[in-house]
Amino acid sequence: MTFISRRDLLRRAAVVGASAAATTGARAFQASDTERSAESLASDVDGSAESLALHDHVMAAAREPLENLTAAEADLLEAIVARLIPTDANGPGATEARAAHYIDRALGGALASSRQTYTSGLAALDRYSRSSRGKAFTELSATDQDSVLIDVETGAATGFTGSSAAFFALVLNHTHQGTFGDPYYGGNANFIGWDLIGYPGIRTMVTAADQKSLEAHTLKANHKSAYDYESFTKATARLSRRNPDEREA
Amino acid sequence: MATRLKDADVVIIGLGAAGGVAALPLAQAGLDVIGLEAGTWLTRRDFAPDELRNNFRGWPQAVQKANQEIPTSRATASSPTGPRGNIHPMQNAVGGTTLHYWAQSWRLNPWDFKVVSETKRRYGAARIPKGSTVEDWPFGYEELEPYYDKIEYEVGVSGQAGNINGTIDPRGNPFEAPRKRAYPMPPLRGTAFIDKMAAAAKNLGWHPFPGPAAVNSRSYQNRSGCMYHGFCNRGGCHVDAKNSTAVTTIPRAQATGHLKVVTRAHVTTIEVDKNGKMTGVNYVTDGVEYFQPAKVVLLASFTYENTRLLLLSKSPAFPNGLSNNHKQVGRHYFSHHQGAPVSALFPFNLDSWYGLPAQGVAVDNWADDNFDHAALDFIGGANLWAMSDKRPITAAGMSTFGRVPGWGSQWKAFIKENADRSHSSYIQKSTLPYEDNFLDLDPVVKDPLGYPVCRVTAEFKENERKIAAFSQDKMEQWYREAGAIAVQRAPVGGAMGVSTHAYGGTRMGDNAETNVVDRFGFSHEVPNLGVLGASVMGTSGARNPTLTAQALAWRTAEHLVKNWKKVSTA
Repeated sequence: MTFISRRDLLRRAAVVGASAAATTGARAFQASDTERSAESLASDVDGSAESLALHDHVMAAAREPLENLTAAEADLLEAIVARLIPTDANGPGATEARAAHYIDRALGGALASSRQTYTSGLAALDRYSRSSRGKAFTELSATDQDSVLIDVETGAATGFTGSSAAFFALVLNHTHQGTFGDPYYGGNANFIGWDLIGYPGIRTMVTAADQKSLEAHTLKANHKSAYDYESFTKATARLSRRNPDEREA
Repeated sequence: MATRLKDADVVIIGLGAAGGVAALPLAQAGLDVIGLEAGTWLTRRDFAPDELRNNFRGWPQAVQKANQEIPTSRATASSPTGPRGNIHPMQNAVGGTTLHYWAQSWRLNPWDFKVVSETKRRYGAARIPKGSTVEDWPFGYEELEPYYDKIEYEVGVSGQAGNINGTIDPRGNPFEAPRKRAYPMPPLRGTAFIDKMAAAAKNLGWHPFPGPAAVNSRSYQNRSGCMYHGFCNRGGCHVDAKNSTAVTTIPRAQATGHLKVVTRAHVTTIEVDKNGKMTGVNYVTDGVEYFQPAKVVLLASFTYENTRLLLLSKSPAFPNGLSNNHKQVGRHYFSHHQGAPVSALFPFNLDSWYGLPAQGVAVDNWADDNFDHAALDFIGGANLWAMSDKRPITAAGMSTFGRVPGWGSQWKAFIKENADRSHSSYIQKSTLPYEDNFLDLDPVVKDPLGYPVCRVTAEFKENERKIAAFSQDKMEQWYREAGAIAVQRAPVGGAMGVSTHAYGGTRMGDNAETNVVDRFGFSHEVPNLGVLGASVMGTSGARNPTLTAQALAWRTAEHLVKNWKKVSTA
């Protein structure tokens, strides 16, 4: 349950101010950046906050098809997730983790029931941005984008079907899924999300010694997806033990 | 017209925690048992360590029969129906929810069996909460002790005994009732954080101990010990170390040659003849209808579906639903108030990325009647539990304790530092049945076959809200003692909603006017119909129901074996 108090709003305003100051140090990426992999680009992020130019380049480099969202919806979603988990002094964020790509893909599958909510919510968000800030969301400064998102988060934004806060909560949750979920699903690229929070990776066995090593801060992140273990992949079907239904009398 | 199948001695509806246990003594006794299960077999390969799939997408529950039948819920008969869940908390599969449950396997406290008489004796009759329909169980803890012991060994439970035949072992729970022998396996291992919480509890003068778990702490019955990989919470075990009935009692029952498992059998109604004698079960598979005749049926489909199936099984002999001529089916419903946790932020890493929710330290000082309630205004209490269980998406969704916004650069800096520094408690509180908390059929919402789903009408009453507030105080005290720098409490009370710890609806008791089944779990009105699961329990205790439901299931099955002629020909 989220309660937004007046104090939170004031504090939030202070956060926006701080991030606006940070973005003044943003630098434009060179054309050669587009040739780099998302991984090397991620490691290139050295503490200076990046402008929207950054994820434009990542998108160009990634060669990802849009499976469900339109190009305009995808651009808008990319811009939103870039503010939710920004690329900043603490390293790469939702952009490099490919959270928007995760959401696009999932909207055709596990998140299909949210497809219509994205269509109407993204359209409403952009309309609200134009009517209240005079520009498309993607064209706003990071500071103004944040202020629009605060309106959406707190339910103050108008023109949404239902509550804008519910749409915000949905997108934030899916952004978390796309940043911190298993990379198999198209997000958390290069384990960016797991590295951010210090998750040491999927293991199928954690010995007492591993636990001790975790507690001693010496357990290294193994950068493995669940599906790097063949015991959970389709490929092992051929090698599977007998069908359990054969156990039936 | 349904296809009439070959007669069976016993049909068990649902091969989960309870049905999966009952099958074993019946099959061992040579009775021909058919287990009708709505789900399928699942194996280790199905149990990937995948938080997105297990905890956010509800796989595989999301695709199952149960998910088409999620109960609706409302707080009171006059309040609007609340939002319906997307995922049924329970799972259809051979082994049922024991495949992915937390596997905490507690015995109840003796007080839980005698809430009414003990409260009257110690504090006076006025202390029974107003409107509660609570009764003493028809027997005490001593009656169930041998069956608890049976399940702990048959299924396999790890733990530290606290009271063997009256001798207290301070490493275990000093408040536990006497047990005949130790657990078959030592407790699951600790972690630095669990040890810290245990030390903090001792500083407060409390009695911390490792909780019991149906998870192998070492190899047991030729199955592996636990791998502590961190995906036990709503995930099945990739090495069969979680002692689901799918890897314990069910295969053992099959090995006798007397249990036939029928998967994807969607039971719709239980049939009776014109004299009201139960004759068998109707089920559907892929649109094809079958009638499975049986001498005895054991209904073991989970609390909501147990009530629902009885109410759907109407006949001239039972116009209000099977075994419901006394209008008790669906009554005395309650669930644990688990929606009031306490969260804490620590100034150090908890190293909790690996482990399992059944691995942790418990405190029972504030549970049941383990403390004096004379000066308090409630009865019952809570078990406090600190476990090692955390996964990345959930960690990222942690509370920011009012310190930073919920997104953006400050948030990112906050979770980078604190993702492994927060902890959320699991406080199980005793809950009582009340006059106006009940289950029935939803008047509007139906499943794809056109049958109404179950409707929950229940809210936490004053006694439960007071326990919640009291236990939140204790939990905060514990966290602070262990070094927490911020503590947050969730709101107390509200609608009960749909729960994995759902009790009642077919309560057990000697009085047929107020209970659906007798002291052995057989219907007062339909003697060849038994009911298994927490739906027969009249009190919840402050701990997980599964071991008690399993002990009761074994006891019901044993009673049936010993009284086969009498029950099957009644």
